[in-house]
Amino acid sequence: MFDVLSLARFQYAATTIFHFFFVPLSIGLVLIISIMETMYVVKKNEIYKKMAQFWGKFFLINFAIGVVTGILQEFQFGMNWSEYSRFMGDVFGAPLAIEALLAFFMESTFIGIWLFGWDRLSKGAHLACIWLVTAGTTLSALWILTANSFMQHPVGFQINNGRAEMNDFLALLTNPQLWVEFPHTIFGSFATGGFVVAGISAIALLKKRQVSFYLKSFKLAIIVGVISSLAIAFSGHAQAQYLVQTQPMKMAAAEGLWKDSGSPAAWTVIASIDTKNHKNNQEMKIPYLLDFLSYGTFSGNVEGMETLQKEYVAKYGKGDYIPPVKTTFWSFRVMSGFGGLLCVIGLVGVFLLWKKKLQDSKWFLRIMVASIAFPFIGSTSGWLMTEIGRQPWTVFGFMQTAASVSPNVTAGQLLFSIIAFITMYSVLAAVMIYLFVRTFKEGPSLNAKQDVSSNDPFDGEAYHVVTE
Amino acid sequence: MLLNELWFLLIAVLFIGFFFLEGYDFGVGMATRFVARNETERRMLINTIGPFWDANEVWMITAGGAMFAAFPNWYATLFSGFYVPLVFLLLLLIARGTAFEYRAKVDHPKWSGTWDWAIFIASLLCPFLWGVVFSTLVYGLPIDKNMNMHATFASIVHPYSVLGGILITLLCLYHGLVFLCLRTTDELQQRARALAKKVFWILAVAALAFISVTYFVTDLFAKRGAFLYPIYALDVIVLILSAVFLSKKRDGWAFGMNAGVILLTVASLFVGLFPRLMISSVTPAYNLTVYNSASGSYSLTVMTIVAITLLPFVLGYSIWSYYVFRKRVTKDHHLEY
Repeated sequence: MFDVLSLARFQYAATTIFHFFFVPLSIGLVLIISIMETMYVVKKNEIYKKMAQFWGKFFLINFAIGVVTGILQEFQFGMNWSEYSRFMGDVFGAPLAIEALLAFFMESTFIGIWLFGWDRLSKGAHLACIWLVTAGTTLSALWILTANSFMQHPVGFQINNGRAEMNDFLALLTNPQLWVEFPHTIFGSFATGGFVVAGISAIALLKKRQVSFYLKSFKLAIIVGVISSLAIAFSGHAQAQYLVQTQPMKMAAAEGLWKDSGSPAAWTVIASIDTKNHKNNQEMKIPYLLDFLSYGTFSGNVEGMETLQKEYVAKYGKGDYIPPVKTTFWSFRVMSGFGGLLCVIGLVGVFLLWKKKLQDSKWFLRIMVASIAFPFIGSTSGWLMTEIGRQPWTVFGFMQTAASVSPNVTAGQLLFSIIAFITMYSVLAAVMIYLFVRTFKEGPSLNAKQDVSSNDPFDGEAYHVVTE
Repeated sequence: MLLNELWFLLIAVLFIGFFFLEGYDFGVGMATRFVARNETERRMLINTIGPFWDANEVWMITAGGAMFAAFPNWYATLFSGFYVPLVFLLLLLIARGTAFEYRAKVDHPKWSGTWDWAIFIASLLCPFLWGVVFSTLVYGLPIDKNMNMHATFASIVHPYSVLGGILITLLCLYHGLVFLCLRTTDELQQRARALAKKVFWILAVAALAFISVTYFVTDLFAKRGAFLYPIYALDVIVLILSAVFLSKKRDGWAFGMNAGVILLTVASLFVGLFPRLMISSVTPAYNLTVYNSASGSYSLTVMTIVAITLLPFVLGYSIWSYYVFRKRVTKDHHLEY
C-alpha cells in the first residue's frame, strides 16, 4: 500500500481528478461567456454585457485553480514518472511543449487583457479577446489529448536505442483515438459549462430573483447543454466502437465480459463481479445491445477478458493484463448513466422553455440544481474508465506503469507531497465553493452602480459598470 | 547535431524570458511589504502586474515543456531529483496564483491580508528556490550512471546555492522596484525608486560575491573563461548603468538595462554549463549533455518548425498587451485585483 508505485499512482490520480474538476468548467464557461459577449456586441443590449461579466466572475474564480493545479500536472511527469519521461519524452513531450507555446500563452495573455481591458479596448477587440481565450482553452484540450491519445493508442514512433523516438508527427495528430477522444471530452466540457450556468440560474429562478437576467442565462446555457450532451452521446458511441478494435481488453473489462460473448452479444446492465474466479454472480442483460455498442450491428462475437489475456501473454510475454475490472465496469456505467441523464434533462428543459412553463415547473428547476453535479460525475468516471481500463500499461503495449515510476523518489517524499497537495487542494476547494456561493448571493449588478473600488467619482474611467 | 545546440539555446531563451518577466512580478510581490504603506497602495502595486503575471508564468511552463520535449533525460533527472524543492515551489505557485485572483473577491481586511501574505511569501521564496536550483546545476549534483540524481538536503542546500538563491531573489526585487517606477506615480514611485537605490548596493555586493565564489567552487571559468569574463564584465557594467539611469529618473532605460543584467546572468550559467545540462559530482562520465539527453533529430526538427512558427505570434500579442496597459496605475484607477 505504501510502496512508491502505489503512492505515485494515488497522487497522480488524486491531483488529476482534482485538476479536471476545474478544466471542463473553464472550457465550458468561457464558451458561454464568449457567446454572451457576442450577443452584446451584435444586439447592443446591455444585459448581455452584464451576463458576460457576471458569469465571467465564476469563470475567473474557477480558472485560477485550473491554471495553478495544471502546473503540477506538467511537473509531475518528471517528478514521479521519470522513467516514463525518459522512455517516451521524445514523442510525448512535443504535444506538451506545443500546448504551452500555442495554447497557454494565448489563454493567459488574452484573459488578462479581457479582465483588465473592459474600458480600454473597442467592443470588437474586447470580444476578440474572449474568443481567443476560448480558442486557447480548446487548443489546450486538443494538445493534451494528443498526448493522452498516444498513451491509449501509440502511433508515429519507433523504438530506437532503447527508447521511443517520434518518426511521424502527423500520425500523432491524425491518431484516430484523438478524434474520438477530443470531441467526447470537449463536448463534455461544453456541457459542464452549460449545466452549471443553467443550474445556478435555476436556483435564482426558484427564488424568483432577477428573473429576466437568469432566464436569459438559462436559455443560452441549456441550449449549449443540450447540444453538447447529445454530441457526447454520439461521440461516446463512436469511441466505444473504436476501443473494441484498439483496446479490446478495456472494453471487455468495462462490460464485465470474462468469456467470449458469442453472437449475438447481450449487454450486461449490472452485475456482481467476482474478479477472483473470473465470473459474474448475478447479471442483468439486454440482448443484442453489446453488438450494437461494439459494432453498430446486431450480431457478432465480442472477445472476453480470458481470451484476450491469452492473446496478450502470447504477444507481450507473461503477466496479468486484466485491468481492475470492477472500477472499469462501474465507472463506465456511471459515466454513461449520467451522460444519458444530461441528454434527457436538457431536452426536457428545452421543451419546458418552448412551452413557456419553465418557471412554473419547480420540480424541474430542482432537478436542474441537482444536475450541476452530473457533468462532473460523468467526466470523472469517464477518465477513471479510460485510465484504469488501460492498466497495466502507461503506453498501451509498450510501457507498463510499474516501469514508469521514478526510481529515486522515496515513499517518504511521496507521503509528504501527497499530504501537502491534498491539504492545499482541500483548502482551495473550500475557498472556491465559498466564493461561488458568495458571487451568486451578490448577484449581477443590474442597476446603475458606482464602482466601489474607485476613489474618484469624477474620473470617467472610474465607472467600469456602464450606467443604464 | 546542430539542433541539440539550438534547443539548448531556446531553453536558455525561455528561462531568460521567465526571469525577465516573472522576475519583475516576483519583485512587485516582494515590494508589497516594503513599498506599500496601506491596503490601497498594496492593491495598486498588485494591479500593476495584474494583466501580466499569468502569461509571465507561462514562460516557466513552456521552458519545462521544452525541456521535456527536447531533452527528456534532463527533464526526468532534474524534476525527479529536485522532488522536495519542487513540491515547495508548486505549493507556493499555487498559493500565489490563487491569491492574485481571490484577494479582492471579499471586501474584508483579514481576507485580503491573508492572501497578501501568500503573495509576499511566494514572491520571495519562488525566485530563491529557482536560484538554488540553478546554482546547484553549475555546482554539480550526485547523479549516477543511470542519470538518476540521489540528492540529500546537503547536496541541494549549501553556501553556494544559498548565495545563488539570495542573488536571484535580490535581482527580482530590484527588477520589480524598477518596474514599479515605470508603472506608478507620485509617492509610490518615489518610494520604489528610493528603495531600489538601496537594494542596488546589496545586489551589487551579492553579484560580486556570487561571481567570485563561482570562480572558485565551479569549473565554469576553467571551461568557458573566454566567454565568461566578458559576460560578467558586461553584466556589472549594465547593472551599474541601470542604477545610474534610475537615479536620473530615466526609468525606461533602467528597466532596459535590467533586461541586460538578467539576460547576461542567466546566459552566464548556460554558457558555463554548455554542452553539459547537469554536472555529476560523482564523475564527469555521468554528466548529462545536450548529446546524451536529447530527443531524436526528427522530434527536434518538428519542434523547431513549431517554435519558429509560433514564437513571433506569442511575442506579438504579448507586446500588444503591454501596449494596451501602458498607462500608469494611479489612485483613480479601477483596480480589478
